[in-house]
Amino acid sequence: MNIEKRLFYTKEHEWVRIEGKEATIGISDYAQASLGDVTFVELPEIGAEVEQFKPIAAIESVKTASEIYAPLSGKVIKVNEEIVHAPELINQAPYTEGWFAVIELKDEAEKANLMDDAVYEEYLIEIGD
Amino acid sequence: MELQMNLKTTPLHSQSEKLGAKFAPFGGWDMPISYSGIIDEHNWTRKSACLFDICHMGEFIISGAGAGDALNKIVTMNIEEIPVKACRYGFMLNENGGIIDDLIVYKIDNNKFMMVVNAATKDIDLTNLKKHLPEDISLEDISDKTAKIDLQGPLSRDILKEIISADIEKLTYYTFSYFDVLGENSIVSRTGYTGELGYEIYISAGKAVELWDTLLKDKRVKPGGLGARDTLRLEMSYPLYGHELDNSTSPLEAGLGIFVDLDKEFIGKDVLVKQKEEGLLKRLVCFKVDSRRAPRNGYKILSGDKEIGVVSSGSFSPSLKRGIGMGYVEADYRTAGTKVTLGDGRVKIKAEIIKRPFYKEGSLRK
Repeated sequence: MNIEKRLFYTKEHEWVRIEGKEATIGISDYAQASLGDVTFVELPEIGAEVEQFKPIAAIESVKTASEIYAPLSGKVIKVNEEIVHAPELINQAPYTEGWFAVIELKDEAEKANLMDDAVYEEYLIEIGD
Repeated sequence: MELQMNLKTTPLHSQSEKLGAKFAPFGGWDMPISYSGIIDEHNWTRKSACLFDICHMGEFIISGAGAGDALNKIVTMNIEEIPVKACRYGFMLNENGGIIDDLIVYKIDNNKFMMVVNAATKDIDLTNLKKHLPEDISLEDISDKTAKIDLQGPLSRDILKEIISADIEKLTYYTFSYFDVLGENSIVSRTGYTGELGYEIYISAGKAVELWDTLLKDKRVKPGGLGARDTLRLEMSYPLYGHELDNSTSPLEAGLGIFVDLDKEFIGKDVLVKQKEEGLLKRLVCFKVDSRRAPRNGYKILSGDKEIGVVSSGSFSPSLKRGIGMGYVEADYRTAGTKVTLGDGRVKIKAEIIKRPFYKEGSLRK
């Protein structure tokens, strides 16, 4: 299972890459592997305000439907339309082409509620896969 | 670790584990859901051939003088009129016309039949058969000693001609014969659940691993799991017991009247005759979504604001690249072209009722 360095992770297996005031959001390699083939993505509207750990997007695989939660609070400034047309990008490249959205950060202190890659790795071992 | 202790495993379980399959419980069994990925296996079945471990399903042998007549009174289709070495799909009904199970009967000879049934309903089927078969008719449950392995896909005939016998070619749709498979006299039928040309092989459980490994050595063959089996059958609008069919639904409501012979006697017939006279209240329909979003089992079906039914199966269709599904609606809304909304509290999906099946390019009868 690939765990990208320098990202922060949630317990629900979202990742976030913080660059200045902007944060790019996606789902981890573990998440895409557990879901299987992603078949549908519903992205937020640009300008939407999202709250940490509240739904930001919806995702479906052949077998399941689930919500994607915002790792941090902020305003959506960019979404990845590519994954709407080609959801398989999320399976193929969860940390790069498979990104979901970029948000403008509201409160960087919320980072304290997330895991860095080392802690996330321990967390994956702990939950037993 | 979890509740796996109570789940049964097939003779091929460890082979699937070695192949890295994902498993999930199905009908009391720990079954492989996918190997390389549901969509990959689905597409491979449509263009080449996939091998499926279907050992969880049940098989019974019903034999003795008068077996055909006795069985014909229990199942909806006429198994007396079909030739030896033919099979036929149909149902066992309860006294209310509800479906106890959907099944296939194989006519081995005029006094000997094999019945192939669903895993989850096997024990109920057995009880029902015991209850209604005369005492002088023998009923044997051969499920534990029988492995069922399905090879499905347009290349399945070429593959089995090389591995089993050139005579595989002689099998027409819904017929079977005995073949020498790895030194054992085994039933191979030209049947399946995918909409593609395909075969189902019944071999003794002890030979299952050898047959599985032999077929997988062929580069045209990939292992397929129950996930792809489900999307394949849904694209063909084939019903799945527990979803489209259950003991409070009749074959007529499910739109499967062609598998019911009302010119003979069978359990539940009077209810079906009455339904036919008085009209049906609910009907099974197929619907196509206007996006890639999948309807899910249990979603409500709405026409405008009016609730008209419930989704019984839904999935993303790898062939159509959009959501598809089936469900029961009030009979007045069954017409193709009817616009419906599917959803639960949060999700709302627009869809249109269409004529079955969803996928029409299959190699089934080629």
